[in-house]
Amino acid sequence: MTETEMMTDTNDDQTGQSLLEAMAEHIRDSGAGMVLECQVVQGEIEVKVNPSSVASALALFRDDRQAAFTQLIDLTAVDYPDRKYRFDVIYQMLSMQNNMRLRLVAAVGEGQAVPSAAGVFLAANWAEREVWDMFGIFFSGHPDLRRLLTDYGFEGHPLRKDFPLTGHVEVRYDDTQRRVINEPVHLVQEFRDFDFLSPWEGMHTELDGADNTHDPDKTAK
Amino acid sequence: MGVMHPSLAKPIPPGADQDAILNAVGEELTHRGFVIAKADKLFNWARSGSLWPMTFGLACCAVEMMHSAASRYDMDRYGMLFRPSPRQSDVMIVAGTLTNKMAPALRRVYDQMPEPRWVLSMGSCANGGGYYHYSYAVVRGCDRIVPVDVYVPGCPPTAEALIYGLLQLQKKIRRTSTIARN
Repeated sequence: MTETEMMTDTNDDQTGQSLLEAMAEHIRDSGAGMVLECQVVQGEIEVKVNPSSVASALALFRDDRQAAFTQLIDLTAVDYPDRKYRFDVIYQMLSMQNNMRLRLVAAVGEGQAVPSAAGVFLAANWAEREVWDMFGIFFSGHPDLRRLLTDYGFEGHPLRKDFPLTGHVEVRYDDTQRRVINEPVHLVQEFRDFDFLSPWEGMHTELDGADNTHDPDKTAK
Repeated sequence: MGVMHPSLAKPIPPGADQDAILNAVGEELTHRGFVIAKADKLFNWARSGSLWPMTFGLACCAVEMMHSAASRYDMDRYGMLFRPSPRQSDVMIVAGTLTNKMAPALRRVYDQMPEPRWVLSMGSCANGGGYYHYSYAVVRGCDRIVPVDVYVPGCPPTAEALIYGLLQLQKKIRRTSTIARN
């Protein structure tokens, strides 16, 4: 890459950054009273709102002529079991017009309902069913909030950090009943996990005594 | 199956010896209009020579299964044609991860297959859960749902490995006596 090309690249980055900042400013202004926090994180706009105003915020960012975040790319959730509002429901939006992405984040407590976005984006319908299935976050006003992925009659919400990896039941064909039945899990060998520093182990059991010194979380505090 | 030596139970390679036997059979047919053979051997020859597997791809193993059916390995050479219906098939190749939700459907499809029927478990996931052994949603081996005849290891097994497994199944069928005697 030549020197002039590199210069134009950095210039593009700078203009891109300033465009993002301008958009963030615009969203702060237009969504006043709804937007709790709006900042540019890693080249993407992150907006925090209350769960009650999720659907109206999505409609606002979609219908705003300048913002025009017309696509809902994804709708997911994250479980932070230590927090008071343990879930983050996350909406990823894309503006084809501005070549920009926007992330809408709402912190939701256990048992708290989120207004359904299925009326705003059709794409939210199954995505909300999946979030309901995996996390047990209820979406009020959803047209058909059934489980999406797990087995019929499945109990629990697998992507919650307090759900055991192996679940509670396993299936087997029963010759006498002539059908596939559910049974409590029986493992010949327990699951072994040697990665004590994994960032994915949200709810690790407390290590006792001297072992605490090896835990980076504990030593940081 | 080839032409077998009657007393040594060994295949006779193509050549003058094999030609002699084939010509003798041909002459027998032209002169008398019939040949005598063991019925169960005939049944087994027919069964192992036209194993029709059911198209039942569950995961990435299905891609290797497709390879084994495609022109390079060509399962057609062994008279194996994939059938779209369980009622027309003899073998079920369980190719991939069997989930809890799929298990009743797999069993139902197996029940719809006419006798005699065989099951080939393809890949680690179908053999014993494999990578997903500790998952809350996966059956730890498809032999919990259907009786399995041949296990093909691998993740995924190559098309060659699957063909080898099917040839093993042919062997198994041939050495099974299908006529019950008292």
